[in-house]
Amino acid sequence: MWPIIQIETFKIFKRPRTYIAFGAIAALILVIQMGLKIDGESYAAFLMKDINNTLIVDGKVLNGYLICYILLQLLLVHVPLLVALIAADMISGEANLGTLRLLLTTPYSRTQWVLAKFIAASIYTILLLIWLAFLALFLSMWIFGTDDLFLMKSNYVVLIEGQDVFWRYVGAFVFASFSLLTVTALGFLMSSLANNSIGPIVATISAIVFFTILSTLNIPLFSAIKPYLFTTHMNNWKEFFDIKVTDSNEAITGSILNVAKIKNSIIVLVVHIILFVSASVWIVRKKDILS
Amino acid sequence: MSVIKVHELSKNFGSLQAVSALSFEVQAGEVFGFLGQNGSGKSTTIRMLLSLIYPSGGSIELFDLPLQANRNQIAERVGAIIERPDLYPYLTAKEHLQLFAKLSKQKISKEQIAKTLEQVGLSLRSADKVNTFSLGMKQRLGIAIALVHNPDLIILDEPTNGLDPQGIADIRHLIQDLAKQEGKTVLVSSHLLSEIEQVASQILIIHQGKKVAMGPTQTLLDPNKAIIHIVTQHDEQALSIIGISKYAQNIMQRKDGIYLSIATNEIPALHQFIVAANIPLLSFELKRSLEDYFLQITSMQ
Repeated sequence: MWPIIQIETFKIFKRPRTYIAFGAIAALILVIQMGLKIDGESYAAFLMKDINNTLIVDGKVLNGYLICYILLQLLLVHVPLLVALIAADMISGEANLGTLRLLLTTPYSRTQWVLAKFIAASIYTILLLIWLAFLALFLSMWIFGTDDLFLMKSNYVVLIEGQDVFWRYVGAFVFASFSLLTVTALGFLMSSLANNSIGPIVATISAIVFFTILSTLNIPLFSAIKPYLFTTHMNNWKEFFDIKVTDSNEAITGSILNVAKIKNSIIVLVVHIILFVSASVWIVRKKDILS
Repeated sequence: MSVIKVHELSKNFGSLQAVSALSFEVQAGEVFGFLGQNGSGKSTTIRMLLSLIYPSGGSIELFDLPLQANRNQIAERVGAIIERPDLYPYLTAKEHLQLFAKLSKQKISKEQIAKTLEQVGLSLRSADKVNTFSLGMKQRLGIAIALVHNPDLIILDEPTNGLDPQGIADIRHLIQDLAKQEGKTVLVSSHLLSEIEQVASQILIIHQGKKVAMGPTQTLLDPNKAIIHIVTQHDEQALSIIGISKYAQNIMQRKDGIYLSIATNEIPALHQFIVAANIPLLSFELKRSLEDYFLQITSMQ
């Protein structure tokens, strides 16, 4: 199956559309970094205005780690849309182009093709995430330097020592890869159902928006299904930045407050990936190729 | 040896029966012409031969192996183009061949890729992206893709679509060479029936999903039989007179005149009969090409 994975990956990166997502992420991150570099101090003052009277914060609040956190909060909501552009086009785009029938006359089974296409789309997704990590984390660290990470949550603040931050980002990006792979799998499923490019892309984005709204609405009727929705779990990368504290409220270095929540979220996301990909395989195997 | 063996093949799309109880065999090394009007079930049959569509009934064997159980093994020995030459606009001609060479599971050299491009007349455009190609060039590239892995069976669905007269002639020669010099088996469908007539040794005609005629081209185009196309000022009157004569068998009226199927040695007598009967004759034309045969036989169904 290796040759068809190679070919599918080659095809993805030969298409100009692929680079839209990389360009969009770079543009957004660079604009935000430039803004914060020029006017970061006033932004930091704005962030701290409510607690300046109760806390004295020493050191550099607006450092590379905080910038990365701000960027992830902003971007990890939108990156799924960019992932959908490619994933939701993987099968339907070929059906629309008419090349799907050429591929399916080669000595590889439909199951192999679907899996190879999913793996190629996953490679794209992971590379997009690595690109995001490079710009949001490493570039921010280089431009703004590093220090302790000071986060303001809704009703408490978190202070993580500088040397205890980097591995949390590694964990957060690994977690984000599961979230984005779930979107990839969903886009892929939509793609297996259609013979045109636009429909599955719109359907994937609509599904993400729809389920995100269900996940965030605090209506008791939806409470029973919320734990099973992938959108409920997609943003749980933030759990890596909640740490345990001692009885005297001192942060425990290297700890995560709710590891079980992260594990549970990963399980839910992986189950969704398996379900979406299995459904895609089943649909394509049954399908008459009429395009 | 039969390369293709189709038995009682059928395909339904809902209530529409696209192919019905179709049986035929294609022998190794022959050029098999597959004829039918648009919507007759040709492409559906070809797609079933390539496992793109699943049959509703019947069986397909390729190289004496049941298709469904041996699909991948069989696919290594088959090259095909299906209807339109749909390709990746962002890849070059050479990249297409490299890609499909890799997919063939065979070791294909750069020289073989270059040779295939030359075979279809695309050597000079090998580095150009497909989005700069004309329809005819895309068709040539589609054929090159079908040939690049040196398959034993080549299935060409409407291979001359979009080609200019020179291109059509080139493809005709290519098909003939593939069969005669390289011993390939070629199944070719086309709406240009005269093209099939010139290359195919066997012909199958289907109409509304059913086989209506099959046999060697020479037999179907028996030189001792002819089709006469008659146009008169009063076709109804002519039909009533001819209809009670000894020529009444195999007579058919169509919008463009009357068609009669008779032995060639009876043609002068028929002409004399019409003149003697004072039928106002506008045209009396001998037709014997496959196209006329095809039109006649499908209209009679």
